[in-house]
Amino acid sequence: MFEASELNLRNKRTESLYRTLFLVMTLLLILPVLLILGTLIVKGASAISWEFLFGYPKDGMTAGGIFPALVGTIWLVSVALLVSVPLGVAAAIYLNEYAGENWFTRIINLAIINLAGVPSIVHALFGVGAFVIFFGFGTSILAASLTLAIMTLPVVIVSTRESLRAVPMAFREACWNMGATRWQTIRRVVLPNAVPGILTGVILEVSRTTGETAPIMFTGAAFFLPFLPESVFDQTMALSLHLFVVSTQVPNVPENLPYGVALVLIGMVLLMNSLSIALRMYLRGKKKW
Amino acid sequence: MAGSGKAINAESAVEFDRRNTDWYVDKAIQAIVFVGGISTIIFVIGIFVFITREGLTFVFDTLDVKEFLTSEYWDPSDEDAPEYGILALIAGTASVTGLAMVVAIPFSLGAAVFIGEFATGKTREFLKVLVELLAAIPSVVWGFIGLSIMNPLIIEWFNVPVGLNVLNAGIILGLMAAPIMTSIAEDALKAVPDRYREAAEAMGATRWQVIYKVVLPAAKNGLLGAVLLGVGRAFGETMAVLMATGHSINIPTSVFDSVRALTATIAAELGETAVGSDHYGALFTIGIFLFLITFIINLLADLVVRGVRKG
Repeated sequence: MFEASELNLRNKRTESLYRTLFLVMTLLLILPVLLILGTLIVKGASAISWEFLFGYPKDGMTAGGIFPALVGTIWLVSVALLVSVPLGVAAAIYLNEYAGENWFTRIINLAIINLAGVPSIVHALFGVGAFVIFFGFGTSILAASLTLAIMTLPVVIVSTRESLRAVPMAFREACWNMGATRWQTIRRVVLPNAVPGILTGVILEVSRTTGETAPIMFTGAAFFLPFLPESVFDQTMALSLHLFVVSTQVPNVPENLPYGVALVLIGMVLLMNSLSIALRMYLRGKKKW
Repeated sequence: MAGSGKAINAESAVEFDRRNTDWYVDKAIQAIVFVGGISTIIFVIGIFVFITREGLTFVFDTLDVKEFLTSEYWDPSDEDAPEYGILALIAGTASVTGLAMVVAIPFSLGAAVFIGEFATGKTREFLKVLVELLAAIPSVVWGFIGLSIMNPLIIEWFNVPVGLNVLNAGIILGLMAAPIMTSIAEDALKAVPDRYREAAEAMGATRWQVIYKVVLPAAKNGLLGAVLLGVGRAFGETMAVLMATGHSINIPTSVFDSVRALTATIAAELGETAVGSDHYGALFTIGIFLFLITFIINLLADLVVRGVRKG
């Protein structure tokens, strides 16, 4: 039989050396963050209680709960979704089902990349200039949500386009051959197969929108409001901004309070992302083609 | 049979008009989704138009471009002699972004190589999910981490009076940008066709030789694109930088100096300015500057990545 030669052995040694090196790099990237998250959980857990989640802030925000901020975040995210989901799904349908490979499509793609890449604070300036001042919405949920919707539009477009693309071309061709129009094909064949995939993208967008802070600072979120918003023209508190406020703007906050806010915020975000990932994996396992 | 069939076809062709209700619905839907597609272009132009509109009076009436870009004095709230120099702010953003990339580039590319090329099966799936979750942590949470966890650690380890500085923000931004860069870099590695690897393996190359000699050169542009997007993200980050840099105007001489970033300046000062004032206009002018720089970075990243697809 063959003996392992000197070259074989040397290759094997370098091989495991590099493998270990890259494993260590991966761990160095991940472990510090896990340690940090662990610290957040340990220090924040003591702040979380029924009263914390469903109570109002008290004593100049140094005590009490985060209820108005939670409700405000739900308002902001819901209104933003009402705008960005229809618009983003329409854009994705156009790009995947109608658009050809030409310069115009390329410009749209570039626009999507730019919407995703423009700094969040520039989106905030845009929200102030366009929605608060020019369209006269004032600092309101409407202005803040529109800003958030435009900022997170690429998330919906990209994930919807991915799930439309995953529907095999043969499905469409079979339908066209029966004499169906493009829209009938999309409505009856493409969308039903793509809806679960679109849903994972929408959940991701909810998560993104929940965590954004800079775009809502000047467009509709307030530092402190002792009541809940009643319409889209009211200002509101928001969980992400609340974390910024209690950790930088308010003196004499007990140490575990901002940790508690951070823990709730990150818990919501990671929960939704996990949900989206789980849904994606379930769908991948279920797929018949 | 054949003759009569032909006759029927010819007859129905006369009356056949494709423009029934379904046809009109189809055209209407096409118009609607087209609006969705074009809205992205309108929004990008809209962003530029509206921030320029608010900054315009300042740009034409007050702004001295040379002073704006080369003076290190930013004191727009001084009533007698306001100063509008963003050099120190540029230095703050550049130092933090630079350090973040020193942290993020090697680790994210290394992690991408491990996840994409070495890891297999469950391990790979698990690491990918983990990286995706890390990428989802909101920036304000990172800022809070810098403020309350990193700050005391830096003070203790390096024996410095203030822990909110270039080092703190650089590490925070690096950890923040790394997962996204890892995902994009891993996609770039995945885009290298498997037959390249198989051909090299058939020649007796070890896995590392395949990676080093075949996969990395083939994925070069995609990896560069990942790095550029990471730079763009770190450059435009706002909340984390606002909370972790110490926010003092400074051209840093060491990583332990506090600095202030362009983005953070807008976030901290916009609330205090009167609409239409010079200070307000100056902040929007910084916004225009940020928009243009990120536009260029994104354009570059797109061109670089597309180059590899054509080749």
